Amino acid sequence: MSDITRAEVCVAACADLFLGAGETLASPMGLIPSLGAKLARLTTEPDLLLSDGEAFLLTPESTVEGWLPYRKVFDVVAHGRRHVVMGANQVDRFGNQNISAIGDHAKPTRQLLGFRGAPGNTINHRTSYWVPRHSTRVLVEAVDVVSGVGYDRAVGPFHDIHRVVTNLAVLDFGTPDHSMRIVSVHPGVSVDEVQKQTSFPLVVQDVTETRLPTDEELDLIRTRLDPGSKRDKEVPQ
Amino acid sequence: MRDKRMTADEVVGEIKDGMTVGIGGWGSRRKPMTLVKALLRSGVQDLTVVTYGGADAGLLCAAGKVRKLVYGFVSLDSIPYDPWFKRARETAAIEVLELDEGMFQTGLRAAGHRLPFLPIRAGLGSDVLKYAPELKTVRSPYDDGEELVAMPALKLDVALVHLNRADKHGNAQYLGPDPYFDDLFCLAADRRYVSCEQIVETFDGPPQTLLLNRMMVDGVVEAPGGAGFTSCVPDYPRDEALQRSYAEAASDLEKWPEFYERFLG
Repeated sequence: MSDITRAEVCVAACADLFLGAGETLASPMGLIPSLGAKLARLTTEPDLLLSDGEAFLLTPESTVEGWLPYRKVFDVVAHGRRHVVMGANQVDRFGNQNISAIGDHAKPTRQLLGFRGAPGNTINHRTSYWVPRHSTRVLVEAVDVVSGVGYDRAVGPFHDIHRVVTNLAVLDFGTPDHSMRIVSVHPGVSVDEVQKQTSFPLVVQDVTETRLPTDEELDLIRTRLDPGSKRDKEVPQ
Repeated sequence: MRDKRMTADEVVGEIKDGMTVGIGGWGSRRKPMTLVKALLRSGVQDLTVVTYGGADAGLLCAAGKVRKLVYGFVSLDSIPYDPWFKRARETAAIEVLELDEGMFQTGLRAAGHRLPFLPIRAGLGSDVLKYAPELKTVRSPYDDGEELVAMPALKLDVALVHLNRADKHGNAQYLGPDPYFDDLFCLAADRRYVSCEQIVETFDGPPQTLLLNRMMVDGVVEAPGGAGFTSCVPDYPRDEALQRSYAEAASDLEKWPEFYERFLG
């Protein structure tokens, strides 16, 4: 299939976050990660569990297969069989994430959502981040408020920041000191451009190009998961 | 069995300046808005408000009722940010205890179990503890020796919750998909008040939906539409148009007084 869009590349990259997850609760925040999780379940990870964003676990056919109100989500968080893909107003080189406030927490220049579940998620189970607009304002040297815990502050036995998927690249923390490195750049994006849009030096070694979705994946994305092309609003071509 | 029916104003009459008030629901879902409106109309001030916050937090900030807000987030769900909460924070008008959502639940559980604290991993490594130095950690006395957050009990003077059905004795039922944490709010509080869409003689539906029993409730208010504009499914969904009007007015101080007057009715 031709005319593969950047949004579709991002959906496939988000699907790949769940490789090997098995019977795990996928908690994607935002449209592209949600499409990615659903795509993974329809292809490589048929055992994934997905919620409707309220209190039910749904099969791919949208029938209810389970009940998961917030209190039980917290149980899963603590139990650990969950991979959350959160947004980030800021994320730094060690994977600290901020969704709480910009500026001084005592009197923020911009109040955001609050800590939400970020501290508990990052200390208990695998966490990835989705950044729809990769820029120096989001990929910062140091976050103003640590909501999600990065590698330089990690404690406890279960901390696991997996990857950051952006509209430009896929990044991870697979370096000796867990500083962020480029795994792959999306087709049409250069390593220089990714670095230019990032406030701290990225580790660059063996960078590949992010894979294209397969024909089967494209068909699922276009005809079944997102026929209205809402994905193009989140990541314009 | 006692008849615990009250009016919203009688409930608010039990709330004194400086009290800690827990508000049930979640974000913009099943908030006890009739009780909140009565609180807005009252002279009560200096409150510590404990909430998985939605417009309840914003409105109480707007009315200057809040001395301190305890929350994991404040959001209107379909609208990410509450403008009044933002303003209160960005002008440092309120004190805050900002928690991880799971820590918040653990604090309510500790209060309900009459414990000084309960351990939890959430919070470690994050800035939750930096901005709340009153939160301490505790070391496991067992061989693992793990350091954990000792989440202190979130004790409430008053809990306000809204459910779908109740009887006049205080047994109450949720009919939507999620109980949220309304039972924990009641267990954590000295005085517990539930508003409901309808007071019934007997309950329909599975007994597991009877979230509150009368030991957990001191007063019952019949308030049809009493969660609006937040959702109270299956009785009604969120009134998105009214919520949008709220958010627009809250973003514009010139528009606010007119909206607020109309909203309070």
